[in-house]
Amino acid sequence: MATVTLQEIIKPENLVYKKTDLMTDKALSYCPGCGHGTAHRITMEVLEELGMEENTIGVAPVGCSVLAYEFMNIDMTQAAHGRAPAVATGIKRVWPNKIVFTYQGDGDLAAIGTAETIHACNRGEKIVIIFVNNGIYGMTGGQMAPTTLPGMKSSTSPYGREVEMMGNPLKMTELVAQLPGTYFVSRQAVHTPAAVRRAKKAIRKAFENQRDNKPGLSFVEIVSNCNSGWKMTPTDANKWMEDNMFPFYPLGDIKMDGQLLK
Amino acid sequence: MGELKLMKGNEALAEAAIRAGADAYFGYPITPQSEVIEYLMAEKPWERTGMVVLQAESEVAAINMVYGAAGAGKRVMTSSSSPGVSLKQEGLSYIAGSELPCVYANVVRGGPGLGTIQPSQADYFQSTKGGGHGDYRQIVLAPASVQEMSDFVKLGFELAFKYRIAVLILSDGVIGQMMEKVELFDPIPRMTDDEIVEKYPWATTGKKKGTARRIITSLDLDSHKMEEHNHHLQAKYKTISENEVRYELFDCDDAEYIFVAYGSSARIAQKSVQLARAKGIKAGLFRLISLYPFPGKEMAALCKKGVKGWLAVEMSAGQMVEDVMLSVKGCAKVAHYGRYGGIVHSPEEVLHAMEEKIIGE
Amino acid sequence: MTEEMIIAGFGGQGVLSMGKILAYSGIMQDQEVSWMPSYGPEMRGGTANVVVIVSDERISSPVLTVFDTAIILNQQSMDKFEKSVKPGGVLIYDPNGITHHPLRTDINIFQIEGARLASEMGNAKIFNMVVLGAYLKVKPVVKIENVIKGLKKSLPERYHKLIPMNEDALNMGMKNVVKYN
Repeated sequence: MATVTLQEIIKPENLVYKKTDLMTDKALSYCPGCGHGTAHRITMEVLEELGMEENTIGVAPVGCSVLAYEFMNIDMTQAAHGRAPAVATGIKRVWPNKIVFTYQGDGDLAAIGTAETIHACNRGEKIVIIFVNNGIYGMTGGQMAPTTLPGMKSSTSPYGREVEMMGNPLKMTELVAQLPGTYFVSRQAVHTPAAVRRAKKAIRKAFENQRDNKPGLSFVEIVSNCNSGWKMTPTDANKWMEDNMFPFYPLGDIKMDGQLLK
Repeated sequence: MGELKLMKGNEALAEAAIRAGADAYFGYPITPQSEVIEYLMAEKPWERTGMVVLQAESEVAAINMVYGAAGAGKRVMTSSSSPGVSLKQEGLSYIAGSELPCVYANVVRGGPGLGTIQPSQADYFQSTKGGGHGDYRQIVLAPASVQEMSDFVKLGFELAFKYRIAVLILSDGVIGQMMEKVELFDPIPRMTDDEIVEKYPWATTGKKKGTARRIITSLDLDSHKMEEHNHHLQAKYKTISENEVRYELFDCDDAEYIFVAYGSSARIAQKSVQLARAKGIKAGLFRLISLYPFPGKEMAALCKKGVKGWLAVEMSAGQMVEDVMLSVKGCAKVAHYGRYGGIVHSPEEVLHAMEEKIIGE
Repeated sequence: MTEEMIIAGFGGQGVLSMGKILAYSGIMQDQEVSWMPSYGPEMRGGTANVVVIVSDERISSPVLTVFDTAIILNQQSMDKFEKSVKPGGVLIYDPNGITHHPLRTDINIFQIEGARLASEMGNAKIFNMVVLGAYLKVKPVVKIENVIKGLKKSLPERYHKLIPMNEDALNMGMKNVVKYN
């Protein structure tokens, strides 16, 4: 039996899948099983496929994806906690022909940055917001997020989120969809190949809207898991997400071409 | 000679932003500086030069819009008054860490808290010692006239881009609200997008294929790298403190008693010098123009020429006076006089304080 | 020459704009000027005052507590600023609404019935120009022609048709100012 060397395998004709050049070679710092890596990748693939590499400026948040600029191989600005939509507004207003997007988690976008999010949406800033919602503060070690579900355990709701005391989870995506400044609002997931395809389609739509100078902001939420924070195996976390997160945060397009669906 | 106008300090600041070739102003209204954004909105600079003006949802948002646009290589400005400037400190710390150029103004009002809307100079510590978190400095220019409210915007942008640093125009309710004759400088055209891309390779203007990406950040999880970055910042501040000291002397040649002041207090103390000289007191005025860098060496040198005492005059409970003491190091007596909480001292009471606290003893 | 003055009255009497016109007139004859208003909520219907300095030299303090001249247009301002006139200085006031007339004997006091004259001329808004005329008769720190130039410069073009009426008001003030003490 002939032995095949690695060098013999690495040939262009054998290539079936290639990482986009818009992701750096740096190993992702996210936990195994986390959805961020996939969300990063499909965002970068969309930018590559749309030929936007040279014209895009991304804004990284504070949270697990604070180091997004280490992985996204484009010009990036790292914003203060919650301020990404304001930072993106500043960039877009002075470079109206560039493509500008933010990539934010739930704590960043829906707690400390609520004002910046709502007002950027309401002004109809021509930017893209990608919002990764895993219902928890991952980076700081699993504290309660604005999107933590009722009864859900976290390090600051160790007996489960008690709504009467701790307030309700915030459905930010439904909220911004109501604002006249949003043009496209969609909620997706990245836990299965089919979901990834749909999420990528939504992200593509969002960037196309900006490219085509559509009147308003395009907002894509990705409901994701946090197996570390939820203290589950990756597969259990995905199952738990389907059973608990999706009923509360239903997937699908919410607003298309400036019109609310349903 | 440039165009002569009678303008409020706040209006002169706004007009100067347009003339200095600013690309954007992001702000939020607050008394006593709302005339800045009101003037800009009425003047429609987007029609005159293409300059963007946007009323943000908060001072926090405004400074972060500045952060974004400055990181993308544009000339950006904001302004506010004390409570609003406190809100901006987070963004200013990030701007310092990321080494971004920008100009902002604080038209100071009395504090603490919501305080009053009347003039004050009680934000000296915040302005010159950091303000936000971390070891950082910013260049602080203190205009004492409407003319300087205009001139310092132009100078501010020059310094901001020379050093990639925030330049604060530290004004107060007197200078912001008063009208004086101002000679407006000739407009400087805004830089084109191509010029920005060429001149500021550090700016996030879109990564060309095959080139390294630009990252605007203040974060480094590696503490050794962060210490290195801090060394770099400190070296920059040292260069600034050696090259950008600005001050003005009045009647100091033979002065035995010197008022030291900035902004509107310097104008008031100048009158006190006149009143003192009329009484035969050999008084002079050391007017600080740059508060950071502080003209400490120059003060010390002057002190050795036979100065018997210094009176630090500021509308605060005594902030700048600490830097005066550190500078003259016991060479002569130093005292402080100032009204605060929104009360402006009169030239007569300032002179009286010199007589009582310095000359009398 | 340095003239340090305060104009004080109710918000809405044109106190601030009178000072502004005076400052503009000073610029028209190459003088240094400063105009420092009281500002804030108190202006909304309450008292308003402005310190105006016109000088041949660089102006030091724009904030003053004693004045060469005080123009006083309501009782609160009389109570507050009569004592602030330098000995030998000038106080000009409109007796309309004044119950406690000035008592000082070491200053020169003049009256101008600005409110009555303006209403007789059919336009209450030119009240401040009548008072300004009275002041310039007593203290001709700026020439009338420079006041007109200043008005042209400070008023938007659409208001230029009102300039002759303002000029009439200035003259009315100059003619009717009377020494009180």
